[in-house]
Amino acid sequence: MSELIDVIMAIKPVLGAFLCLVGAGLAIIGTVGVLRFPDFYTRLHAASVTDTGAATILIVGMALLAPTWLVVFKLAAIWLFLFLTGPTGSHALANAAHTAGLQPVIGRRTSNPEEEEAG
Amino acid sequence: MIGAAAVALIVAIGLMLIRVLLGPTLYDRVLAVNSMGTKIVLFIGVLGFVLGRPDFLDISVLYALINFVSTIAILKFFRYRSFQVPLMRRTAPRRTVQGGDDE
Amino acid sequence: MGYFLGLILVLAALWLGLSGIYTPLILTLGTISILISLVLASRLETLDREGAPYARTLNLFAYWGWLVVEIFKANWPVIKACVSANLDINPALVKVKTRCESDLAKTVFANSITLTPGTVTVEVEGDKLLVHALFEESATPESFAEMDERSWKAADGSRQVAT
Repeated sequence: MSELIDVIMAIKPVLGAFLCLVGAGLAIIGTVGVLRFPDFYTRLHAASVTDTGAATILIVGMALLAPTWLVVFKLAAIWLFLFLTGPTGSHALANAAHTAGLQPVIGRRTSNPEEEEAG
Repeated sequence: MIGAAAVALIVAIGLMLIRVLLGPTLYDRVLAVNSMGTKIVLFIGVLGFVLGRPDFLDISVLYALINFVSTIAILKFFRYRSFQVPLMRRTAPRRTVQGGDDE
Repeated sequence: MGYFLGLILVLAALWLGLSGIYTPLILTLGTISILISLVLASRLETLDREGAPYARTLNLFAYWGWLVVEIFKANWPVIKACVSANLDINPALVKVKTRCESDLAKTVFANSITLTPGTVTVEVEGDKLLVHALFEESATPESFAEMDERSWKAADGSRQVAT
């Protein structure tokens, strides 16, 4: 039993750092999405990848690296704040844009030039 | 390895800055600033672990809250052009006098 | 009165968790700040069912556990759309009907939709929600039915009086 705990303690920091790296990669992917997508509403979706997936994975990774339980509690508090405030901010943005009359792009969008001309 | 995560987050923040500068509409810029704020919250936390001082998480909590409040405040200002209009509706839906939805 | 108790418990847990120093001076300061927060909250009149939904904590956390899994499942298509060489998206505006009645349940449902990557609630009017989706095929009314049911159960289920 104690051997198992030893193995877990040896793996934990490596796994935590790996999860942090994955989360940071997701943050970059979300940013690339924000840069590439054609209009405001679609960019909102790309940004929400960072708000949910990347934040969760990064915080789990940091929790695995945490030295004390107090740090884990703080990380949980940050996670809770991000998950409560993130969608509220996104909805406020979308609602404000919609109220101001910003029309979303509807219909299939591809970066394939022939298809775009056909459609 | 965790240092690489911090560098990757900085790269993401830098890329998001491009959207802040390019953003054709106001809302793109606000969205980019909000998303940058989320990344900065995560970056401050990771930085704490890189430097071996998890106390940085306190700053991170504070930044998360301020980021949210500032986004809502900016949006409210650009919708009503005033901070005087109450956001909350008490009992009956009340038409705002000075602001309204200016289009 | 129950709302006050819930708020006191949550604020105390927040203070104890974030400070980490348990000397008499710090604990006294914590008590004072909790009291100030209570006075401010009661002056703002935000202490009602939406402001302090702690009576339904267990239900909401059970719902949250299910929601996190859904969010991770919904992350995949959006990530793929972000990194694929050819941009291939199909944005659409969809109207969704909800069975949620109270403000709390509607908030939970709309927030869940926004939290899931690929869908954003644009507007809420009565029991109809205007949702912007990144992929039209993934935003059929049926795909929201389960989330609707579960958020209604978490926030409103087994409640008699509708306010």
